[in-house]
Amino acid sequence: MKLTKPVFAPLNRRGVLKGGAALAATAGLGAMPTGLLAQEKISVAAIYTVPVEQQWVSRIHNAATGAVEAGQIEYQFSESTSNTDYARVMREYADSGVDMIIGEMFAVEQEAREVIAEYPNTTFLMGSSFPADENYPNLGVFDNYIQDASYLSGIIAGSMTETGNIGMVGGFPIPEVNRLMHAFMAGVREVKPEAKFQVSFIGSWFDPPKAKETAFAMIENGADLLYAERFGVSDAAQEKGILAIGNVIDTQADYPETVVASALWHFEPTLQAALANHKAGTFKAENYGVYSFMKEGGCSLAPLGTFEGKVPAEAMALVEERTKAIKAGEFTVEINDDEPASS
Amino acid sequence: MADIIDILLSASFWAAAVRIASPLIFATLGELICERAGILNLGIEGIMVLGAFTGWLAVYYGADLWTGVAVAMGAGMLFGLLHATLTVPFGLSQHVVGLGITLLATSVAYFAYRLALPQVTSPPRITPFQPYEIPLLSDIPILGPALFAQTPLTYLAFVLAFAVWFTLYRTPLGLALRAVGENPGAVEAQGLSVTALRMGAVMVGSGFMAVGGAFLTMSAFSSFFFEMVNGRGWICIALVVFGAWKPGKAVLGALLFAGFDALQIRLQQTPLGAEIPYQIFLMIPYILSILALIFMSRRAEVPAALMVPYNRGER
Repeated sequence: MKLTKPVFAPLNRRGVLKGGAALAATAGLGAMPTGLLAQEKISVAAIYTVPVEQQWVSRIHNAATGAVEAGQIEYQFSESTSNTDYARVMREYADSGVDMIIGEMFAVEQEAREVIAEYPNTTFLMGSSFPADENYPNLGVFDNYIQDASYLSGIIAGSMTETGNIGMVGGFPIPEVNRLMHAFMAGVREVKPEAKFQVSFIGSWFDPPKAKETAFAMIENGADLLYAERFGVSDAAQEKGILAIGNVIDTQADYPETVVASALWHFEPTLQAALANHKAGTFKAENYGVYSFMKEGGCSLAPLGTFEGKVPAEAMALVEERTKAIKAGEFTVEINDDEPASS
Repeated sequence: MADIIDILLSASFWAAAVRIASPLIFATLGELICERAGILNLGIEGIMVLGAFTGWLAVYYGADLWTGVAVAMGAGMLFGLLHATLTVPFGLSQHVVGLGITLLATSVAYFAYRLALPQVTSPPRITPFQPYEIPLLSDIPILGPALFAQTPLTYLAFVLAFAVWFTLYRTPLGLALRAVGENPGAVEAQGLSVTALRMGAVMVGSGFMAVGGAFLTMSAFSSFFFEMVNGRGWICIALVVFGAWKPGKAVLGALLFAGFDALQIRLQQTPLGAEIPYQIFLMIPYILSILALIFMSRRAEVPAALMVPYNRGER
């Protein structure tokens, strides 16, 4: 089946928006002689439950648009798809004949797998909290396993905090969030074993005012450095003139005075590995999470930028040493998915 | 227990409570005006999203902050007009129309956001309202930083609460508005237009709701996010009932809810936080508000003509 018109998949209240987004995404494709290009390009559809500005999703979206520019794939996406609508959108894309569907099934693990089993000829690359399962040979799972970079950002944080009191505001304690928090804390403890952590979850992915209020409360409670898992935390840090560490994306351009370092996720290695396997016909049930590890180039520490020269040299030496060890496979950052607690 | 007392005695706690309450006060007053005129406005959640978006976008495109507030208010009034047209002259179900307006206004805001900003990796920011310390008053211990070192929009919320009370209880217009929610026939007999009063109330009320939404993007935070209103509109519906349809009590209810919210955020960092799952803390403001609602609403006087469409000349 040829894809000649945009997929107006979702019919929920955000349907209008997504229709527009899908139209925008496929406007270029519609005009192209798809029959000619389709032989070489892999057609990819992405289904996101949040807008593409969200940190986590923005990294996937960036990698996909990069692959479009490199002429590797044709790409369309639906954003803000509600979880109750997710399976239907998956089916519509699969029915439309796309080669690969990328998405996030954290909230619909079971239902998504049922759909995946129905479409054995479509390749699925999904964000998931569970390991790969051989019963679903067309499903590769991934997540942002960037604990290596989070750990390194923790070392920098530990060297920059004066009170040793660090505030961490998260959305929900899901594995993805937990493991990065734990890695960050492990990094801090490398240089400040006595450090104290304040951990809070706001029960929402998108409530920056609430995240900001929570961060304010931690600052009042003595925190002099914040781990910014959510939007809003860096704003509180900026307003109160204390430091912050970014997560997944580099936010220093917006907060040049306060964001010291950020642990970045790069989705490109994950996507490239999946595309290569798809092309070679070797795609199988596999954990693509490992492609987010530092030795695969899946994560990195953002450049210090405005904080160049302001971080103690011993800390940077340790960061460099550990970076080398991690890349050489001599040092492994522990993956701990348990809910972190205040200390 | 000592922790709680420490928290309650800190000025920053009260400042946070007032800050969290501000958007709720705007939207609650807006809903209250609608309901006193006999119209339940369930478009509140969507109108807040729309206000949050339009006010922010105006400032992003170069308007000054107060113009942004006016734009939000205008957008809210426009959707108020739509709501009022369907519910007042046409007398359609206020539940269905209200929910429809919420879905429509939310979608319109999201759609317009994508049209205006199709290619952004992180949400653009504006310079929001900054806290303004009122000379002398802000020096009062505890009360000063809590009440008199807020952003101008917060001051506006309290001024507006007084203005709404004054209008409702001390002016002929207020009398007519209250009467139209109790006995529209009597208002008609006085030669006043029930339709005009009700439509006006819904429009102005919706404008206030939109300003409540705009507070989130222009004072509490600096960029617009999908879903950032996050149910605050629905809370305001409950706050109107909590306040027994009286502006003063409604403001008190908003402060109480916000106070519980500010408290739970802080309790999470006490030794209790390590013992109790964080979800319990997040529930505190809602549970306590429901309990307070049960207690408070026992003596509440519901506007008699609430949700009753008025057909002229009907017998």
